[in-house]
Amino acid sequence: MTRKHPRLAAGLHSAVQLATGLLLAAGLASAHAADPLKIGFGMSMTGPLAGNGKAALLAMEIWRDDVNAKGGLLGRKVEFVTYDDQTNPSTVPGIYNKLLDIDKVDIIMSGYGTNVIAPAIPIAMQRKMVLMSLFGTDVNAKFKYDGYFQIMPNGADPSLGLVNGFFEIAAAMKPKAQTVALVGADAEYPHAALEGARRSVKNHKMKIVYDKTYPPNTTDCAPIIRAIQATNPDVVFVASYPPDSACIVRAANEVGLKTKQFGGPMIGLGYAALKTQLGPLLNGMTSWELYVPEPTIKFPFIKEFLAKYQPRAATEKLDPLGFYLPPYAYAQMQIVGEAIQKVGSLDQGKIAKYIHANKFSTVVGDVSFAKNGEWAVGRPLYVQYRGIVGNDLEQWKQPGKAVVVWPASLKSGEHRYPYDQNRK
Amino acid sequence: MEVTADLLVNALISGILLAGFYAAVSVGIGIAFGMLDVVNIAHPAFIVLGAYVAYIAHEMLGADPIVTAFVLSPAFFVLGLVIYRIYYYAFERHGQESLRSLAFFFGILFITEVVLILSFGVDYRLVNTSYSSTTWRVGFVDFPLRLVVPFAVSLAMTLGLHFYFTRTFFGRSVLAVAQDPLALQLMGVNPRRVKELAFALSIATAGVAGAFLIVIQPVQPALGRVFIGLVFAITVLGGLGSITGTMVGAAILGIAESFTATFFGPSWSPAVSFGLLLAALAFKPTGLLGR
Repeated sequence: MTRKHPRLAAGLHSAVQLATGLLLAAGLASAHAADPLKIGFGMSMTGPLAGNGKAALLAMEIWRDDVNAKGGLLGRKVEFVTYDDQTNPSTVPGIYNKLLDIDKVDIIMSGYGTNVIAPAIPIAMQRKMVLMSLFGTDVNAKFKYDGYFQIMPNGADPSLGLVNGFFEIAAAMKPKAQTVALVGADAEYPHAALEGARRSVKNHKMKIVYDKTYPPNTTDCAPIIRAIQATNPDVVFVASYPPDSACIVRAANEVGLKTKQFGGPMIGLGYAALKTQLGPLLNGMTSWELYVPEPTIKFPFIKEFLAKYQPRAATEKLDPLGFYLPPYAYAQMQIVGEAIQKVGSLDQGKIAKYIHANKFSTVVGDVSFAKNGEWAVGRPLYVQYRGIVGNDLEQWKQPGKAVVVWPASLKSGEHRYPYDQNRK
Repeated sequence: MEVTADLLVNALISGILLAGFYAAVSVGIGIAFGMLDVVNIAHPAFIVLGAYVAYIAHEMLGADPIVTAFVLSPAFFVLGLVIYRIYYYAFERHGQESLRSLAFFFGILFITEVVLILSFGVDYRLVNTSYSSTTWRVGFVDFPLRLVVPFAVSLAMTLGLHFYFTRTFFGRSVLAVAQDPLALQLMGVNPRRVKELAFALSIATAGVAGAFLIVIQPVQPALGRVFIGLVFAITVLGGLGSITGTMVGAAILGIAESFTATFFGPSWSPAVSFGLLLAALAFKPTGLLGR
């Protein structure tokens, strides 16, 4: 037949080729659809902030498992590609370049904390990637990147939002606090918090009588507390990381710090290790928290999340309470996941636009973002620790131990002062 | 800031108490690096290991960390023996102890950290002893027992080591081994054996210093790295090969840190400490009490 009808033969040949091509293309497309959707990030799995980093990673893995159980994102199974940033900012550029160039991840998230978020932003900007970040304080102030988002609920002016509650409490005391001591570690986050504190002190017309920083690896903080005491401040504000939070708290108790209000955004006091180890030494302090089991704090779904998180955290020797970082680590994934699903693609510009334009219902409540990628309306809590007896963990799961004293809308008790009389 | 007697005396006492802890963490390096020429960069990792051992004993048996450390110091001594033997047969015997041994001890540092992470996780651990939250107040001077107890035990330990190294035949042979091992052999002493025992002793002191550490501050597996610079600075400032030098170096850095934090601002502490180190070495390159 082909000899007799060469045109027909050629046509048939072309049709076969076309069909084969289409089949191959369809096969490739279905293979691509079956490829996992890769989400890459560095996380502190060793180093001083590894306790938080690994707890955050567990929360994100719980989200991944939840999403995959429902069929994944865009019909693709979600996979994580993670590296240990060692809580060391200098490792971050290498990690994110590898994630994008070698691992070919589809989405990037940040590691935990200001210090490791800052070096990831220039890479995200260069590659035009959305960067949802986990607990950075005012990191985008200088970059002004519109693909940057941040999940810590401090509001559109984050360094002020983080600390303002503390000084509103101080201003509400009778008589109003007049003098303030500011102290913090020599690192990115405490510097941002101290900057916010200076602005808040000025707004509240108070006077700064001590304003210093200390090296993060300080072993004995008693000389710092004594120097502060010598200035006789009404309020002592501290911005610290976990080991120095413990150092400052113990020194304040040893020296017998006399002031009306003592505390601040001291990282570490929010999770179980330091809560249980410091125990009654925390009594009377006014501290920044993000979730406490008070009757006024009713975030939808957080109890369901903690019910999943706490048993796994206990097995993996991580923060057994999970009040501080894990719910927010889960929430940031909910936001990114919803944006990808609604946009229907991995187009970074469209994802960023969607996150900017919409409100998200998450385990930590409704979240919407301001132009700079921070929460449009902040919601940090200031609590006062009371009635802590011994070093038992269970007491922290009960109401009344971390009483919300700010904001007024979520208050579960009144602020008691002076600090030195409520310390016992 | 006004300099009052209260601030001045308390700064001095705080500095001295801190120096006790610094001496304990540095004395092992004083032996290994100062006397034996073994650059044991993993020493702080053994301190952290000692802290975790004390933590386990406290959690399981309610034992005081410092008592645990002394009870288990023979185990740390044996660990030191094993590590030195590996080091000797792998490097020192072949005359390759400089750069390769540094890599060896870095390796031990990382392995120790990873083992601790896998065993205990990455959370901070702290031991609350019966004296942790007690402060003696004499007039206007504070004596927090959290620092006083480690200081007293550290003083006893370092003085004991000083007398051991200066008054016994074995101690003198340790001082001699880094200078002239051949002469030591001619006197019928096996230099390898001397170095092995002295190195083991240095690791035993790390175990004890670890117990002090977990009483003083929260510990996580990678904390040891923070102390690497400090322990070598104290050893070099005090003078290589001198236990009293290590004590003096620790006292200078401890008191300098406390005074700077009290009167000038704590962020200046590292600059002042290392400035003192540079100044001391400029005038006396062998360290304050070095030979």
